[in-house]
Formats: sequence, C-alpha cells, structure tokens
Amino acid sequence: MMRAFLHVLLMALLAFAGVTHAQAIEPMPFADHAQELRFQHLTQQLRCPMCQNETLADSNAPIARDLRNQIFQLMQQGKSDDEIRQYLVDRYSDYVLYDPPLKPGTWLLWFGPLLILCGGAGGVLVAIRKRSRAESASSLSADGMSADNTPTDNRDDW
Amino acid sequence: MTPELGQLALILALLLALAQGILPLLGAWRGNRALMAVARPAAAGQAVFVALAFGILVWAFVHFDFSVQYVADNSNLALPWYYRIAAVWGAHEGSLLLWIFILNVWTVALAAFSQKLPEVFAARVLAVMGLIAVGFLAFIIFTSDPFGRLLPMPGDGADLNPVLQDPGMTFHPPVLYTGYVGFSVAFAFSIAALLGGELEQAWVRWARPWTNIAWAFLTCGIVAGSWWAYAELGWGGWWFWDPVENASFMPWLVGLALIHAQAVTEKRGSLRAWTILLSIFAFSLSLLGTFLVRSGVLTSVHAFASDPRRGVFILAFLTIVVGGSLLLYALRAPKVAGGKAFNLLSRETVLLIGNLMFAVAAAMVLLGTLFPLIGDALNMGRISVGPPYFGFLFPLLMLPVVLLLPFGPFLRWGKGDAPALKQVLLRAGIAAAACAIVAAFFVHGQLKAIAGVASLVWLTVGVLLYAIKRWREVPRGRRYPAEMAGMLLAHLGVGVFVAGVLLSESLSVTSDVRMAPGQTQHIGGYDFLFDGVHRTTGPNWRADQGVVTVTRDGNPVAMMHPQKRTYLRGQVQTESAVDAGITRDLYVALGEPMDPNNIEGAWALRLYYKPFIRWIWGGGLLMMLGGFVCAADKRFRIKRIAESETVEILLVQENRA
Amino acid sequence: MNRLLPFFGFMLLVVLFGFGIWWNTQHDQSAIPSPLLNKPAPAFVLPKLYEPTQTVSKADLLGKPYLLNVFASWCVECGAEHPVLEAEGTSLGVQLVGYNYKDAPADAKRWLAEHGNPYNVLIADEPGNTAIDFGVYGAPESFLIDAKGVIRYKHIGPLTPDVVASELKPAIAALSREAQP
Repeated sequence: MMRAFLHVLLMALLAFAGVTHAQAIEPMPFADHAQELRFQHLTQQLRCPMCQNETLADSNAPIARDLRNQIFQLMQQGKSDDEIRQYLVDRYSDYVLYDPPLKPGTWLLWFGPLLILCGGAGGVLVAIRKRSRAESASSLSADGMSADNTPTDNRDDW
Repeated sequence: MTPELGQLALILALLLALAQGILPLLGAWRGNRALMAVARPAAAGQAVFVALAFGILVWAFVHFDFSVQYVADNSNLALPWYYRIAAVWGAHEGSLLLWIFILNVWTVALAAFSQKLPEVFAARVLAVMGLIAVGFLAFIIFTSDPFGRLLPMPGDGADLNPVLQDPGMTFHPPVLYTGYVGFSVAFAFSIAALLGGELEQAWVRWARPWTNIAWAFLTCGIVAGSWWAYAELGWGGWWFWDPVENASFMPWLVGLALIHAQAVTEKRGSLRAWTILLSIFAFSLSLLGTFLVRSGVLTSVHAFASDPRRGVFILAFLTIVVGGSLLLYALRAPKVAGGKAFNLLSRETVLLIGNLMFAVAAAMVLLGTLFPLIGDALNMGRISVGPPYFGFLFPLLMLPVVLLLPFGPFLRWGKGDAPALKQVLLRAGIAAAACAIVAAFFVHGQLKAIAGVASLVWLTVGVLLYAIKRWREVPRGRRYPAEMAGMLLAHLGVGVFVAGVLLSESLSVTSDVRMAPGQTQHIGGYDFLFDGVHRTTGPNWRADQGVVTVTRDGNPVAMMHPQKRTYLRGQVQTESAVDAGITRDLYVALGEPMDPNNIEGAWALRLYYKPFIRWIWGGGLLMMLGGFVCAADKRFRIKRIAESETVEILLVQENRA
Repeated sequence: MNRLLPFFGFMLLVVLFGFGIWWNTQHDQSAIPSPLLNKPAPAFVLPKLYEPTQTVSKADLLGKPYLLNVFASWCVECGAEHPVLEAEGTSLGVQLVGYNYKDAPADAKRWLAEHGNPYNVLIADEPGNTAIDFGVYGAPESFLIDAKGVIRYKHIGPLTPDVVASELKPAIAALSREAQP
C-alpha cells in the first residue's frame, strides 16, 4: 500500500518535473542589458521554495514566477541586491539562498575546508620532512637509482 | 519470457556470489587450493545468471510486458524501442540491476585477465568482488525487485519521463556506472593486499590499469551527464553541484588522487598506506553515491526513490563494507613508511600536493552536500548549499594544481633539479602572460576570460615543453611510453577544460525576448530571425516547433528548430535547439506564446550565445582518453606467474631494458 | 591510533545518515520552516471572495485568534484537507479564515459549492502578491494567528486529523491559556 502510494507520488513528481522550463522563459522589460544581467545573477543564486532543487531563474513553478516578478518590481523600486535577498529571507528563511550566509551556524561549512586543508598540509609537510631526512641518510643518486644500482623506475626517469 | 525466471536467476546469482565471496577467502586463509579455485567458476556462473536476469528485463521492456510493474511504470506502447531499452535503467530497481550487471562485467574481465596473478592474491580479489555482489543482489532481491507483477495487466503503461527520452539517457548511466563500479576493482586489490600482508609488492602495478580505466569511464560518464543536462534541460547550464552530480564527482576526485598516488607507490614504493586508503575512499564514495540518491536523505532533482527501508539497508551495507575495510586498514596497513625517500623538491612532493588538493576538494564537496542534513541534525533550520559555495571553493582549491601542473613531469623522482624548473617557469609564464595581455583586448578586460586564456597557455606550453624535451633527449621508440602519452593528453585536457569553463562563464550572453514572426534579435554578434511556430509530431509526442534562422554579418549560419513537446500523458518538455561549434554554441529555447490561442503569433524565446562551451567536454574527453592510453602501457601487462608466496621483486625482473 | 581516524570519521558519517533517514520519516522534506513564527503577520488588505467590493484587512481580524487556511481549486491536496476542516472546524474554537490563493473567483466559488464552505471569512488573493508576504509557496498552508495578529503556528500541507489533534489543538489551547489572566 505504502509502495503504491510512493509510486504514485514519484510518478506525480516526475510528471511535474516533466513540465520543465517551458514557462521559466519570461521576457521582462529591462531598461538595459546590465539590468538584465543583474536580474539573471540574482535569480540564479536564489532557490525556488517549491521545487526539488532549482533556481528561481530556471523553475517554472507558479511561486517562482511570482517571485521573479516580485524581484523585478523590487529592482525597479531601486532596492539593492542585499535588500532583495533580505526581503526573500524574511519570508522564506535562509533556505532560499544558495549562497549560505556566513553566521555561526555555517562556520563549519565555510571554514571546514580550510581547516581540513591546513591539517592535510601539515600531514604532507611532516611526511616530506620524514622522507627527506631519510633521503640524506641513504644514498639516493640523482638519476633515481637505489643504492645498489638496481633501477626501480625506467632508467630514463619515467 | 516469464519474469519470474528473472527473479530465480537473481537468487541463483546470489548463491553463486556467496560461494564466490566466502569460499576463496577461506581457501586463501587456509592455503586450500580447491577452495581458492572456486573463485573463477563461481564468478562466471554469477555473471551468467545476472546477465540472464538483465536480459529478461530488457526483453520485458522490448516486448511491452506490462504485467511487470516496473515495465508498466516506465514505458508505454508508443515509446520507441531504443528508449524502451534505456528505460530499463530509468528508475530505481532497473538501475540497480544495471549496477550489478556492470559489476559482473568487471568481475569477468578480472577473472579473465588475472590468470597470471599469484593464486592466493587473485582468489582474494575475486572474493571481495563476490562479497560486494552479495550485498547488491540481496538488496535487489529483498527490497528492489524489478520483476514484481502488476495484475491485472494494464493495456498500456505510464510513460518514461520525457527528460529521459534522449540519446544521452542510453549512454550516460551505463558509462557512469562502469566507472563507479570499476573502482571496486582497485578496492578489491587493496583489500586483498591488506589481507595478504606485505607479500605481494607488485600489486599496485597490477591495480593501475584497472583503476585508470575505471576513472576514464567515470570521466566519460560525468562528461556525458553534463552534456546531456545542457542539451536536454533547456537552461544552458552544464553543472549545478546538485547532490547527485556531487555523488559522481567525489569518487572522480578521489579516483584522480588515487591514480597519481598509485604511480608513486608503483615506482618508488612509498605512500603505500595512503594509496590503499584512497582506494577504499574511492569505492566508498561510489557506494555513498548509490546511497544518497536512493535514501531520500537529500533533496535533488535527480533522486530516485526515497524509501527509508531501502535507505537503512544500503546504510547497513555501507557500514559493513566501508567500516570493515577501514578497520582492516587500521589493523593491517603498512605501519612503517617504506619505499624510496624523496626531497622537498621532487616529483613525489608535487604529486602529494596534488593529492592533498584533490582530497580536500572531495571533502569540501562532501561537506557542502551533506551540510543541509547537518543543519537539520543540529536544528539550525533548513540551509541550502549551492553553486555559490562549490563554485567558489573548488576553483580556489584547484588553483595550486593548475599552477604546479607544468612542473610535474620536469621534476625527477626523489630529487628534482631547480634550473630545469626555472626554464619552464620562464617560458610557460611569459607565453601565458603575453597571451593574457592580447586576450584582454578581445574580451574587454573580463578577468575570468583572461584567466582562462592564461591557464590554457600555461598548461599547454608546459605540456609541449616536456614533449619537446622527450623528443630531443630520448632515442626513438622510448620517447613516449603509453603511460606518459596518457599523462600528456590528460594534462592537455585540463588546460582545454579550464579554458572552456572560464571563457564560457564570462563571455556567455543570455536573453529572454519577445519575438513576433519576422523580428530579429542581435546576440553575441549573431542575428536571430524568428520565423514563427507551427505544429509537428513525433512517435509519442506532438510539438510546437519554431524556426529560427541565424546569420552573421549577412552570412547564413544555421537554421534552428526549438520545440515545445507535449507527450502522451500531457507532460510538456522543451527541446532546445543547439547549433554546436568548436568556438561557440548557439542555443534557442521556446517559452510561451504571447497569446495562448494563437501559436502563429509572437512567442517568448530564450537565446543564448555560449563561446567555447564545447571545450568543457572536449577537455573532459581528453582526460578520459589520457586515462585509457595510460592503461594500455605494456609495462602493466603481467609477464609471469608468481608461483610461490615468497617475496619477489617483480619490479626489477619486469623492467624494460 | 592515526590509522583508526578514517574509521571513526566514517562512523560519524553513518550516524549522520542514520539520523537523516529517521528525520525523513518524521518530517516533510519539502516543508520550509517559517521565519515568521512568533512575528506579526504581515498587514494585508484583500477583497472578500463573494463580495469583491468589500475588503478585509488585518486590523479587522484583530482581537480574536483565527486560523488562516490557504487553499485553491487547482490544489489537489486541498480537496483532501477540506473534509477535515468541515468536520473539525467548529470544534477548534477559533475563526476560520479561508484564503483563496491564485484562483479565478468563478473556479473558487464552484469548488466551494462542491466541497462545502466551513469558513467564517473568505478572502481572495488572485495575483498572489500578499501571499508572498506570508511566505506562502504552495497550497494548502495554514497559519494560526493570535488575537494580537502574531503568527503562532504554521502548517505546510494538508491538515490531517492527526495534525489537528497533536499540533493545532494544543497550539490553540496554549493561546487561550495565555489569554486568561
């Protein structure tokens, strides 16, 4: 029973997903190309609240269309990009930002890779140091042969 | 053909996989040759039955057997035969059957080409493959049986999602899975090495071609997926950092680190533990990818079923396989740093730096992909992580790699020499700077585009300098061993790829326009003349088809036919028209008619000018080619059977004179 | 000890995934938590569905708590939710305000005639702009707003008897406890 329901749900979702992008194309009366670019840039960084994982720019959901129009209106009213984003966050939460805001909750996200990089770099340095100490102790000749002259890689260093 | 035979075949395959997985391991442990000898026949038998099951499902699709639930859900009478075959792997159950089918293809290849491997080692490798198969077969049989019946049988099925009715669909999943699943071979080699202790020093050499080929297939699969999304989804994008895309990209990155680490371990004997760990990670990420897209743990456009029961099963499987291998690693991995030493300035060092960056990049992608889940766990509300995060950090992490790439081949093993490097720096650097300055004029100072040109020249000149050096210094016949030729191709591919990304991202023009028949729009130096829309039909759809004539300075360039298709069940799909070119793509998508009752009137259209976008996939294909060429190197072919368990330094004996 | 690090790291991941699977069974993946909880509802002025020349504003509804139910004739799940509203509406003890979202008035009236009308007040937002201020992104959605006009509870998706009993009614009860001195 549950499986049947899930099947139906999946089919419904797929059917809905099939209605892709036909209506996301909406010419708007931009004043100039720069404004159009700004609009595209903004809507590409915002998430459609309804869809599975689509930007406001590409989604054809009714809410996406409404929000695009709303953003256009706000742009016409002279609001800045930050104000527009804040407008949407006030109503739909941080979820609509594909660019996660930097706040204590997202420190792990933004600084995590840096920490991993530092940790890894430390490990690499330690490994290199260990090796080069061993190197000066052993007699590694310049052409990559080991001490007893048995080649371990191709003789031409490849 | 009765679908129940397919279920039976799967059960038999499971039994054989159990035999294949358990008996040879016992045999290897006890030195029992009879038990070890079970591996190959069991693998062959399992392959036969899995192929049978797969064939039965294909048959059911081709012959419209709607009494099978899975067939009824994913095809219908009007679906052309080629998409009926592709529909086999269009949804969860069938895609798993494809997975296990491909696992068997790899296993059979392994069984065939491992005749010259030491008996104990080969037995262990095949056994590990068998155990993986057990997990997947059990998962299919107990939770995801594609052969379940739908009674009473409907007269016609549902439809395959129109997005999937595209040539890319027949190609992308099988190729991608071939790559994904192929990492199981490197994994199996590593587990066998851990189980066997330090006995087989040459195992990395044996593992290298398999790993390279798997990675090359994965590259091809990712490229195909990206191209397919571009051509089919209508938004002109080629990568979205969607969780499912990330699920394939993480193993790719780790696999990339792995093929380089394997080179170091094979030639210098160092980094053995790291190489083993990487092979475990690579395959783990493949399994993780399988989990992510089926458990519903993440939101994605691409996700398969989200059934908690299935999620739990895969998670358990994942825990056993990965947890078990990581425990084995903790216990058995080489504890003492072996192999040749190396200086700070050496090829080993830059390869290590590369490995570091790839590993951190993979970790970053994992972190970003899982962060929404972490956010839920820590009750932080729902957070989205998308292209602004990944697209910012990834290029940053890859920058050191791009900068160091030309130096890699010039650095010697163990101890590089600085003067050679200075030469490379000067020549490639000046060339890159010169071209960057020239480019700056053409692209009106756009930094990304200039960086793209600079990177292309930097990397290409680096590759050429090394190729020329080999030409000059090495006698004929030994100049470009396949391994090196592959490397040069792949590194060239990196340059082409980076150029494609940076140039297309910075120089693309997109515009949503309202056009009446007879109107022209000017985009990116091209004139798009809209000639109206008329009705047309296809095998299982009818469409509104537009005609757009593109000219440049009066010269005809292309006739484009964007469509808006309505499929049988009412699903609407935009089929964009793409005029492909080596230096640019032109792309037109139909929106809506201005007046819904008059399709012959004005329409909303989206026009794109995308320069150098094919270079993205071209670069990827060069990398793939590099992987295949490298695997073909004669050095990797095993020349002799190691009869006993004594340590033989095969490296020495097999060296080409 | 170093060697066990990957193993422990992986186990952490397993725990995270296990949590993820469990969490999914408890929550609707597509439901976004509302940032407007415990904040004043947006000020609005909307026409009544049946008397479009008259309007209802937020100020008009102050003084008593109410359940704002966003629905539409094109919304399949609203059809599933409606019987629950009909059955339990009066027993909730608060006003039911029907918010017709992005619907042609004729369609909405037809739908209500078919399915019944449990609402005390019916307003229409055909363009959907005011709904954006509420953070609405689909139908059905329901907001519990207290006497001072503050949003105290939001439910995304249809109201089932289960949700009404376990979440909505306790929320309403909490409101009335507050109201008592």
